[in-house]
Amino acid sequence: MTKKGYFGEFGGAFLPEILVATFEELEREFTAIKSDTEFWNLYQSLMSNYSCRPTPLTYAENLTQHLGGARIFIKREDLNHTGAHKLNNVMGQGLMVKRMGKGRVIAETGAGQHGVATATMAAKFGFKCTIYMGETDVIRQRPNVFWMNRLGAEVVPVTDGTRILKDAINEAFRDWVSNMDDTHYVLGTACGPHPFPEMVTFFQSIIGKEARKQVLDQTGKLPDRIFACVGGGSNAMGIFSGFLEDPVELIGVEAGGKGLSTHHHASRLCSDDASLGVAQGYKTFFLQNDEGQMNETHSIAAGLDYVGVSPVLSHLRECKRVRFSAATDEEVIEVMKLTMQKEGIIPALESAHAFVQAFKEAPQMSQDQIIIINQSGRGDKDIFTIADAFQDPDWNQFIINKAEQYHA
Amino acid sequence: MLKQYIAEKLKQKDILLMTHIVLGYPNMEASIQLIDIMVEAGVDLMELQIPFSEPIADGPIILKANQKALENNVTVKECLEKAAEMTVKHSIPFLYMSYFNILYKYGLQAFIEKMSADNIQGAIVPDLPPEEGTDYIQWMKENKRAPIFIYSPNTSNERMRVLSSHGDGFIYCVARKGVTGKKTQFSSEIDDYLKRCRNTTSLPLALGFGVKEKSDIDFLKGKADIAVVGSETIKIMNEKGFNAVADFISNLSA
Repeated sequence: MTKKGYFGEFGGAFLPEILVATFEELEREFTAIKSDTEFWNLYQSLMSNYSCRPTPLTYAENLTQHLGGARIFIKREDLNHTGAHKLNNVMGQGLMVKRMGKGRVIAETGAGQHGVATATMAAKFGFKCTIYMGETDVIRQRPNVFWMNRLGAEVVPVTDGTRILKDAINEAFRDWVSNMDDTHYVLGTACGPHPFPEMVTFFQSIIGKEARKQVLDQTGKLPDRIFACVGGGSNAMGIFSGFLEDPVELIGVEAGGKGLSTHHHASRLCSDDASLGVAQGYKTFFLQNDEGQMNETHSIAAGLDYVGVSPVLSHLRECKRVRFSAATDEEVIEVMKLTMQKEGIIPALESAHAFVQAFKEAPQMSQDQIIIINQSGRGDKDIFTIADAFQDPDWNQFIINKAEQYHA
Repeated sequence: MLKQYIAEKLKQKDILLMTHIVLGYPNMEASIQLIDIMVEAGVDLMELQIPFSEPIADGPIILKANQKALENNVTVKECLEKAAEMTVKHSIPFLYMSYFNILYKYGLQAFIEKMSADNIQGAIVPDLPPEEGTDYIQWMKENKRAPIFIYSPNTSNERMRVLSSHGDGFIYCVARKGVTGKKTQFSSEIDDYLKRCRNTTSLPLALGFGVKEKSDIDFLKGKADIAVVGSETIKIMNEKGFNAVADFISNLSA
């Protein structure tokens, strides 16, 4: 009897018995493909021809001059199809679903990005698709729900628990324990029971592989620091995994919400509010109370307000390989304004967290130093959330007028 | 010990009845009253679920009961205190059912020692397979508490034997795929499944998930040793009140 999927003391597979056989099958499949270069080539060519890979590494010249320190490069996952890094993992798992001969996929989604990516993959591969989404997120990310429906997916609003991402994950597991014979659960982040953390990291590692080559091509050297936002941790693991063996400092940025001292945040690795626990099938740091009940979380970014975090990142923090910080809602809005004005780039609210910390550190660094920010997604499709955050009066008036048209 | 109790009881009746309640639902006082009613109505053993915010293996009825209990600010500490009172008050064996995080955050060893001190006979922890539960199994055995493991229809014979070798008290056989509280077809398929279970263990077999009626229990006689009724009693309580639960249980255990 051996424990599987541990990163230090984090991870594991705390599975209900009914899913043990399904996870054994998944693990066998993953073991087969991860050492199969033909599979990786197939995956890479799919991502080049269907999506937009390799995504560019953009030198942010104006921001660099404005901040007056390290040279800033941005890895453009916003230019991946469906507007975020999420599709990398989803298409990889989609290819596995085909190999396993299953015909239906289910997924959880918070911000809606992973849901849209999964619905897109299902449409392309001809799978049936059900997306579980917390009711709170359905309301704040309505445009993504519209697209998932149009792409042919059924979106089920989850009205239990705190009605956000973790509740959607629970509900997806409940579906899976009933329908595992023909259904694969496309978990969207590097969390959950083994082999998900490793498998999601494997597919997202395409970001880091590309970025490493691109930065060497463009500058002739490795970057000094890399910044990525951390919700579950998939985009961070994606870019970090390309540089783990290099002398490069890696920084994960969590949702600081209204400030770490207010407890209205989602910082598991850089606040004292989290502790070690076991939920949703794995062991990691959770935002929970003394008795092990999960707490409510807060972030301006729906994709970052998860109670747990990748066991791989918990481990990388413990061995001091990755440093963590937090960005508040307010800081995120300011940085978005600056990035749009200086570079004409609109980061997603989630990604903007990474920009916050990078902009704090860049001015302290020298001009021959290099940083990379992983822009995990684009913000323009979150127009309703971002417009709310910006409190734009003209936009509000437009919505009021639009509503009147529908009433008429 | 739990195993002996079950063996003794089975000399008196064909099949035993185990019921399940969520401590603190609809409130602590009512859940205690429910235990009294169930014991009075003739249940042979009971699972007391300590509520958890992420009850991943439970269906809608028990999930909502967990949530309501937590909204009532029921604490783990309070659940353990009340459970200890129940083992003094009633002579049937009580078991805990909860998710691993509740035990883990309490302190695994301390939790098990508390079970022993309070005369709670065993525990069902659905998200703790034996691979992850080495310490749990060891401390449960040292404290003479029964770690109850679960079989499911897609568990291989080989794995059933592994689970049985770590388990004690009885084996909890899940009747079908899915979560608690949904309909189960009691057919020859269940028959075959239970035969397969029987061949892999010398422990008594409990069958749960979707047991709702007297006819389900009659079907299980001679095939399983314990019938487990969970969501259905909660549903009856929600819809028709305590008296209806008493009638329901008396009828099932007759």
